[in-house]
Amino acid sequence: MTASATDDLTLTVHVWCQAGPDQPGDFVTSEVSVSPDTSFLEMLDCLNEQRMAGGQEAIAFDHDCREGICGACSLVIDGKPHGPEQETTTCQLHMRTFNDGDAIYVEPFRAKGFPVLRDLVVDRSAFDRIQQAGGYVSVNTGSAPDAHAVPVPKPAAEEAFDAAACIGCGACVAACPNASAMLFVAAKVSQLALLPQGAPERDARALSMVEAMDGEGFGNCTNHFECAAACPKAIPVTHIARLNREFLRSSLMPRS
Amino acid sequence: MTTQPNTQLHDNVPGGPLDEKWTKHKFDLKLVNPANRRKFEILVVGTGLAGASAAATLAEMGYSVTSFCVQDSARRAHSIAAQGGINAAKNYKNDGDSVHRLFYDTIKGGDYRAREGNVHRLAEVSRQIIDQCVAQGVPFAREYGGLLDNRSFGGAQVARTFYARGQTGQQLLLGAYGALMRQVNAGRVKLHVRKEMVDLVEVDGIARGIVTRDLTNGKFERWAGHAVLLCSGGYGNVFYLSTNAKASNVTAAWRAHKRGAFFANPCYTQIHPTCIPVHGEFQSKLTLMSESLRNDGRVWVPQDDGDARAAGTIPEGERDYYLERKYPSFGNLVPRDVASRNAKQVCDAGRGVGTTGKAVYLDFRDAIKRDGRDMIQARYGNLFDMYARITGEDPYSVPMRIFPAVHYTMGGLWVDYNLESTVPGLFVLGEANFSDHGANRLGASALMQGLADGYFVVPATIASHLAGRVLQPVDTSHDAFAQAEAASRQRFQALLEVQGSRTVDSFHRELGLICWDQCGMSRNRADLEKAISSIRTLREAFWQDVRVLGDAQSLNQNLEHAGRVADFMEFGELMVNDALQREESCGGHFREEHQTDENEAKRNDEDFCHVTAWEHRDGKPSQRHDEELKFESVHLSTRSYK
Repeated sequence: MTASATDDLTLTVHVWCQAGPDQPGDFVTSEVSVSPDTSFLEMLDCLNEQRMAGGQEAIAFDHDCREGICGACSLVIDGKPHGPEQETTTCQLHMRTFNDGDAIYVEPFRAKGFPVLRDLVVDRSAFDRIQQAGGYVSVNTGSAPDAHAVPVPKPAAEEAFDAAACIGCGACVAACPNASAMLFVAAKVSQLALLPQGAPERDARALSMVEAMDGEGFGNCTNHFECAAACPKAIPVTHIARLNREFLRSSLMPRS
Repeated sequence: MTTQPNTQLHDNVPGGPLDEKWTKHKFDLKLVNPANRRKFEILVVGTGLAGASAAATLAEMGYSVTSFCVQDSARRAHSIAAQGGINAAKNYKNDGDSVHRLFYDTIKGGDYRAREGNVHRLAEVSRQIIDQCVAQGVPFAREYGGLLDNRSFGGAQVARTFYARGQTGQQLLLGAYGALMRQVNAGRVKLHVRKEMVDLVEVDGIARGIVTRDLTNGKFERWAGHAVLLCSGGYGNVFYLSTNAKASNVTAAWRAHKRGAFFANPCYTQIHPTCIPVHGEFQSKLTLMSESLRNDGRVWVPQDDGDARAAGTIPEGERDYYLERKYPSFGNLVPRDVASRNAKQVCDAGRGVGTTGKAVYLDFRDAIKRDGRDMIQARYGNLFDMYARITGEDPYSVPMRIFPAVHYTMGGLWVDYNLESTVPGLFVLGEANFSDHGANRLGASALMQGLADGYFVVPATIASHLAGRVLQPVDTSHDAFAQAEAASRQRFQALLEVQGSRTVDSFHRELGLICWDQCGMSRNRADLEKAISSIRTLREAFWQDVRVLGDAQSLNQNLEHAGRVADFMEFGELMVNDALQREESCGGHFREEHQTDENEAKRNDEDFCHVTAWEHRDGKPSQRHDEELKFESVHLSTRSYK
């Protein structure tokens, strides 16, 4: 009845280690045996317990909710952000995806906009600064009309939701040959462009957020679509098309 | 611990009719002139629903706000993981809902151990929360007419739950995060990520600042302000395995407790009935499946113990849909504590399923037959996908296996009606306080409470402190800051100096197991007494044998964890002690000695119709204080979901 295999997998894991932001880094190789039912991060936990038992410091990696929603976990696994499974964050990736005897390469997300802090931990605060440039509706608490005052057609609400599913993990950036954050920016711009609540600030939003993105050192989109393939929430590139239209629209509007 | 209470705590709930209290109180509160607000510096710890909404709203009002979180971004606070929904007494479904009904359901759901005044206020502001979130662009589920959809949740017989697929917490938090980012952009909020509060600083008995540790470089920093808002979440990770995020911890609350904030009802912990069962010894956390699944899924186990047949081959007549059988009017939608306890009972009786025998079925076969696979997929698609990803099984063809897991903690720092703790100037919001859920929280009420506290309650009540007290100028050169910083440094240094042989995680797991086995879904005197001595022994072992590698001047996740586990080791004892002295069963606190003939919780209103709040005393047992609960509007009755 249960699909759980019982035989442990023995794996050779090459993990990127780097003592600090401006320090050199390299792969550190270890062997680890885990049950196929463990998650990828639990495999790293085991590896760390093993290291600490031998007096070596644990390898640092970002993680928190471990259920695929907080966006904290990252990692490039065998060259793919969040690893080989589609629509799956690293924390939800399970070791049954791998075979006994596999060698696995684990690296941080690499991009100019995401400097490495230590080992596999990168600084993604650039995303917060992009949001600060306009990723919201300016409505003070207490000043909202009744929630039913403005009906939203279901298809628009659904599409806005598809965009809003972004967890801000940065896999799109890590996957893009230009280290572009277009899919991330597009998700927020698109969500708010589709909803009537976002309309009053629509003229400025795309321009401000794209300017902020450029300022953080992220590249531009040249239609590789690697972002959408890596996105754990399957946010489609059609939102980038909408971002481009919104950007053009903003560019033609007089700036207040 | 001292079990004789000394003082009575005053809740400061205003007089007058229940439904006029909040309006009257807001009018009676002192105000801070808009031009003066920028002179007040408010420190907000945590950026979840409570913290982000409070920081953003206070900044909109004109206060100077500094906000802190341990995550790398404010958007990642654990509120983001809430799946199911948020309650509001909108009565959009025209099914008889009202503020009073939401109030009543919440009081009853909490097993009559919450404060009437607070809960009524919560129900009142619930409606404004939905308005606010929709205006922010939160993409709630809608019907074809373009209006908002609702569903019903455990413990309620009306459909009042607003939801955004299975990601309601995420969407609400991103709304609050957006509001916060807007204020950061405006320069009214200064945001500090990857900083952990390690102490509270009091000057003249008033909370005037905090000490933080920067998680990237170990730097200790001092922050002075006129008020401190603790929005640091719950303590579920004392059980090690829980549905909480890995960084969720009790440290900020515990540090405040050791500085004088009373800790209320720590034994009220919620064990959520629908989680994916434990799979093995390296499991690092448990995953919740939204309670909304119980709207369509039917819970059952085989009628006979030891029945190892595959679920699909067990005929209808040999299945026990035990919730439908025992609670015909609520069926699978009984509140969480009732559902969890019943799952434990059938598993203890040997009727559990799966390889461990610690699981029950949640079966969608009939719902799929009735509504079609497409409809079920539209409702729960992401949850089914998540289940399949974690277990490797397809819940469309075989029933899910679920088991209860620690999910939420109703206990927390004691607060009065203004959400102010026993330390003047220290306000506590959201899961970190104890106030609104009594002994059991109803589904979809956590998001409501976090946002109520942050958007609507504290922005009004904080004036009672800022305008009501004379606050002398204080800066970080004050001796109290130097002392708190020195104590914090010393604590982290001490952890590094133990140089023992066991990892931090191994201690945390052991502590969790003690708490789960002896202070989990079912408790009794002998076990609790044993747990206290086990925790004490373990705590001593921790300080003699823990091995924390690395240094205190760089990003050191092992040291972070060690600091939190050290606090859980102290907190755990208080939680167990609280469970020991509460000689009754209520909500999530089930004492085996106190049950009815039908194994239902048996309250003792005569002796325990009160909040227990613990005062920390250095080197001496904690002192118990009681706040009597007065019910003026609701008649105390046996909570029945039959």
